[in-house]
Amino acid sequence: MENNQEQIFTISALTENKSGLLTAVTIIFTRRKINIEAINVSETEVEGVSRYTIVIVSTYDVANQVVKQINKLVEVLGAFLYTEEEVYYQEIALFKMSTEKFLNNNNIERLVRNNGARILVIEANHIVIEKTGHRNEIRELHAKLKPHGVLEYVRSGRIAISKSKRKTDTFLKELEETNYIIQD
Amino acid sequence: METLTKTASKKETETTRRVSGAEAVILSLLSESVDTVFGYPGGAIMPIYDELFKYEDQLAHILTRHEQGAVHAAQGFSRASGRVGVCFATSGPGATNLITGIADAQVDSTPLVCVTGQVPSSLLGSSAFQEIDIIGISMPVTKWNFQVTRAEEIPEAIAKAFYVARSGRPGPVLIDITKDAQFAEFDFAYEKCKGIRSYKPIPDMEMDQVQAAANLINESEKPLILAGHGVLLSQAEKELLMLAEKAEIPVASTLLGLSSMPAGHPLDRGMLGMHGNYAPNVLTNQADLIIALGMRFDDRVTGDLTQYAKQAKVIHIEIDPSEIDKNVKADAPVLGDAKQILQELIPLVHPNNHTAWLEEFARLEEIEISKIINKDTKPGSGELKMGEVVHNICEITDGKSIIVTDVGQHQMMAARYYKFKESDSLITSGGLGTMGFAIPAAFGAQMAVPERQVVAIVGDGGAQMTIQELGAIVQYNIPVKIVILNNNFLGMVRQWQQLFFEKRYASTELVNPDFVTIAKGYGFATKKTSSREDIQADLREMLDHKGPYLLEVVVEKEENIFPMIPSGYAVSDIRLE
Repeated sequence: MENNQEQIFTISALTENKSGLLTAVTIIFTRRKINIEAINVSETEVEGVSRYTIVIVSTYDVANQVVKQINKLVEVLGAFLYTEEEVYYQEIALFKMSTEKFLNNNNIERLVRNNGARILVIEANHIVIEKTGHRNEIRELHAKLKPHGVLEYVRSGRIAISKSKRKTDTFLKELEETNYIIQD
Repeated sequence: METLTKTASKKETETTRRVSGAEAVILSLLSESVDTVFGYPGGAIMPIYDELFKYEDQLAHILTRHEQGAVHAAQGFSRASGRVGVCFATSGPGATNLITGIADAQVDSTPLVCVTGQVPSSLLGSSAFQEIDIIGISMPVTKWNFQVTRAEEIPEAIAKAFYVARSGRPGPVLIDITKDAQFAEFDFAYEKCKGIRSYKPIPDMEMDQVQAAANLINESEKPLILAGHGVLLSQAEKELLMLAEKAEIPVASTLLGLSSMPAGHPLDRGMLGMHGNYAPNVLTNQADLIIALGMRFDDRVTGDLTQYAKQAKVIHIEIDPSEIDKNVKADAPVLGDAKQILQELIPLVHPNNHTAWLEEFARLEEIEISKIINKDTKPGSGELKMGEVVHNICEITDGKSIIVTDVGQHQMMAARYYKFKESDSLITSGGLGTMGFAIPAAFGAQMAVPERQVVAIVGDGGAQMTIQELGAIVQYNIPVKIVILNNNFLGMVRQWQQLFFEKRYASTELVNPDFVTIAKGYGFATKKTSSREDIQADLREMLDHKGPYLLEVVVEKEENIFPMIPSGYAVSDIRLE
């Protein structure tokens, strides 16, 4: 791997649910002046265990050091670094448009259908279109919808799932077996 | 729902007792065998101090004169004994005054448990009197921290604090306890922390890594061991010596690794780094193998990384995975505890001789002795020099004292010229370079190891950063000896101004107080000297004195410390003048 070339990395970390941990994680980036492109925190399939998904653009060496530092945090169960090829990922975007324009313009409906988007709600004043996909697909749809009047547009950060075979609960069981050492 | 810990729980039933949160803090500390706490009271920690009053026969409290003094004293206590240092401070300014020492302990891997009082939980976030977000502030400089808002959390939080502080690569932990949690009562039972599922203190040692390291050592013709603080932390001094002797490998220490190798041993090749010894710095760039042992390739050790040991293979024996490949790429990283790794490694290493390689060290050492060391330690004429004072202290104490230093020229002189015969004998602020460290750290160290002689060597600048702690030393009659090497300058900065800023001495000259008068005011036995004829007798008088003693030694005003690797230069560019 080219170590000093900047590229997109996805960092995935499994953590205990502890207040203040988000700060502890983000200051690792702040200290090195690395901008976080996207961050998502949510509970995993295991109760009390959260998953952080963080997207950064950096060199491999820097990203690898950051992951090691995240791993060092006492409440972090495991942190992993992935290139674009090593994860499946998705973002979600919502577009708010006027109902009147939608009804008077067949193009909008065609754009929705051709771009794998869907209409989430139709209210008297506005409709909401939902699109999931990669960032560039969402950008493309936005560019196409824009001429028809997008009232508001919101895009989530990335969520990602690795191509590894690791299962969260077996991973936790292994940690429990190795880290409960009897001292003294 | 927040999870405090996911710790292994014992199956045995515990007997419980109804106590306040404040009493639980004291009982928890006693359960961790704590006998000494350094601290300073205030509003938000008063319930804990009230309990301390009741337990004073079991738990000694040293009232420092500033919270920074308390945390440095706890650091000195820990560094001298390997035990966890404990300090107390109140909320707000009390807590923020701890931060410098906590940061110092984080950088220098020192186990501390700092307990701070906090405003009642109902007032959190309201900018109440003396409320500060110490959890947020201390997060970047602690190994772990936790805010207790319910009394029930106290035993588990403190148990986890001690476990995290002392295990793996040690570090400071801060526990912030709201005042209502100190008052509230609950059924107390204490259980030591036996493990945390999200925390692996020591990585599993991999035998193929150990074998790879052994192969490199066996093939090497010019190996060099770099001994770091990790050797002392894992108590691997004996193993270090065995490895070095078995394959006849020269050993150079980092500043914090000093005293891991007995000075004067034929394989002890002195100190690495900016003001370290000539031979190990120059020969770092000629070695074919660097064996880094519990050290982290700090920039003060490596100089310009792009020109650091590029010709050498690197074995990096290290407990903290994040140190591997951080500064210097390792050809053979070996993760784990230094002592355990060495125990596995030594049998795989073949006995060897490196006579020609060692002669190269000897040759360069001769140059350093004639050009620098003799002039520093035995000048014979002119004003007293820092190096000769250290040299004299070393001779009189036979290299067996604990030396505590502040930061600056005197620190480098102490590190260079005190020849440590026993381990855990240099207590100095390395990574953070905290002026004001020495005086409180020295009496903390003295309290931890009363059987050893503790001598603080301090500059006139740093002394004045924590000089108020003379009060604590006298109050508890701690027989620590303090030597102020006074050149009326912030010497290290002045040296840089001379060398790199064309002698523009911006704000480095000090108009100092009369240190003897100050010491007398505090009740210290004290003396001032500037005489070469008297220095040995004066040092003996100080060392023979039963109680605390402060000796002010007036030294040459504009002395420079060499050798020196100028900032940004290669280790092999080390200058002798």
